[in-house]
Amino acid sequence: MIDPITLLTVVVLAVFVGFEVVSKVTSKLHTPLMSGANAIHGIILVGAIIVAGQADDPGLLTIALIAVVLATANLVGGFVVTDRMLEMFGSRKPARPGAGAGEDRT
Amino acid sequence: MSVLGPGWTSLSYLVAAVCFILALKGLSSPRTARRGNAIGASGALVAVVTVFLSAKLENIPLILAAIAVGSAVAVPVARRVQMTQMPQLVALFNGVGGGAAALVAVLELGHSEDPWVRLAVVFTMLVGAVSFAGSAVTVGKLQELISTRPLLFPGMPAVMGVVVLGAAAAGGLVVVTGSGGWAVALLALGLVAGLLLVLPVGGADVPIVISLLNAFTGLAVAASGIVLGNVLLLVAGTLVGASGAILTKVMASAMGRGVTGIMFGAFRGGSTAGSTVQSDRPVRSSSAEDVAVQLGYAQRVVIVPGYGLAVAQGQHTIAELALALAARGVEVVFAIHPVAGRMPGHMNVLLAEANVPYESLKELEEANPEFPNTDIALIVGANDVVNPAAKSTPGAPIYGMPILEVALAGQVVFLKRSMRPGFAGIENELLFDPKTTLLFGDAKESLTRVLGAVKAL
Repeated sequence: MIDPITLLTVVVLAVFVGFEVVSKVTSKLHTPLMSGANAIHGIILVGAIIVAGQADDPGLLTIALIAVVLATANLVGGFVVTDRMLEMFGSRKPARPGAGAGEDRT
Repeated sequence: MSVLGPGWTSLSYLVAAVCFILALKGLSSPRTARRGNAIGASGALVAVVTVFLSAKLENIPLILAAIAVGSAVAVPVARRVQMTQMPQLVALFNGVGGGAAALVAVLELGHSEDPWVRLAVVFTMLVGAVSFAGSAVTVGKLQELISTRPLLFPGMPAVMGVVVLGAAAAGGLVVVTGSGGWAVALLALGLVAGLLLVLPVGGADVPIVISLLNAFTGLAVAASGIVLGNVLLLVAGTLVGASGAILTKVMASAMGRGVTGIMFGAFRGGSTAGSTVQSDRPVRSSSAEDVAVQLGYAQRVVIVPGYGLAVAQGQHTIAELALALAARGVEVVFAIHPVAGRMPGHMNVLLAEANVPYESLKELEEANPEFPNTDIALIVGANDVVNPAAKSTPGAPIYGMPILEVALAGQVVFLKRSMRPGFAGIENELLFDPKTTLLFGDAKESLTRVLGAVKAL
């Protein structure tokens, strides 16, 4: 167990960094922000791996493995879907004469 | 295996934490955002590799198999999901993350002796379970598997009170006894609380709920960092919690509402339901051909897309219309209200998907000063975000909400499904203004007809 005051220090600093960084995000990118932040909390995968690696009875192991599956879905899916969204924002050039006109992609 | 010593492990986790911060920082501009996301993903990879190299782990083949299963399920879904269904997917991933945190905490209970650590276990389980169940309801509402109207039953506040008290009691017992039985009861109560929290929320407020639940999962993950003595989880969870909290607040103020008003408004009988009363005051309705003429011979058109456009999946059609007008020399920009769409910033994603360059997407503050120089404001499937009552009627539910000031434009054209008021349930005076014309119908169909007519000009 890490010293509680150290943990508190880390938490307080992380809160400020979080506020600081997110308040600079343009509102155009709020959906990718939400999905990106969502992906980041998928890092609970690390915790799930630890408990699965320490599970010593089949019941607990099963629960832990479910947690691993869920956390992986959160982490991997989150980053993939965020990338897909940002790809659409990034590759756009200001002038695109006629591209995409007349075709319906739905 | 423990290839990495504690020092190297902490260092690797620090690298991962910095990557996460850079990932969020990258989102300050569309140009750097994608690279930022890739940095975040690399950070996650570093962290996962580190845990395999540093912790004493059994069952490694099974763990790897579980990771493969999780990826095999999530990646194809993430690749294929339609942009209109993005909010559901984000809510879904958020829910499973919360669920994973709750399960991790349950399993760690047996290893925790310290009452403070047990308190963190209780917090993680409860918040994770609320997030899981709440997200499930959110997904159901967004997917329209369950009613988007606020769902309430008589005595619901009392039931909620009992559940909260029960959860507090069960949590206390878990802290004192460390009993697994009480932990299961706590999880169950957390799930019920999540359901009760989100069921009464109306469809228009769901975006804020997604954001709030995202913050909840972040906090659950942060608490799990305390449970496991893992600083990376603590930092990553806190970052997400803080960012989710800000975003929730930004969203709520963009709607002119308090967060508590949204979460508990339905409990108090406040109106988030929207009205079904139709007005019979006379309006000037128009044909697609007339609208096309108005647009085609304008100099500057500002398009205000709203929820209705997202629901009708008309984003590609409106992008084509913008191109067709631009080809005629009309200057076209999109004015995007912060809450347009079904989650914060959703409309920007939909229009980006339809190849609208992000330079022509204007935020509220950029768009408003330009309306006096605008010939036509074309409002597609939006109502409350342009309702002058937000400025002029102190009693209105949306009073104080920042609006797009389309009334300053030369002419106003609404594409609307019906005369039904928006979610806020208040009439829009602008609809009866002499300079306003209306074209009734499904947003996508109307746009298709207008587009055809513009091309024929």
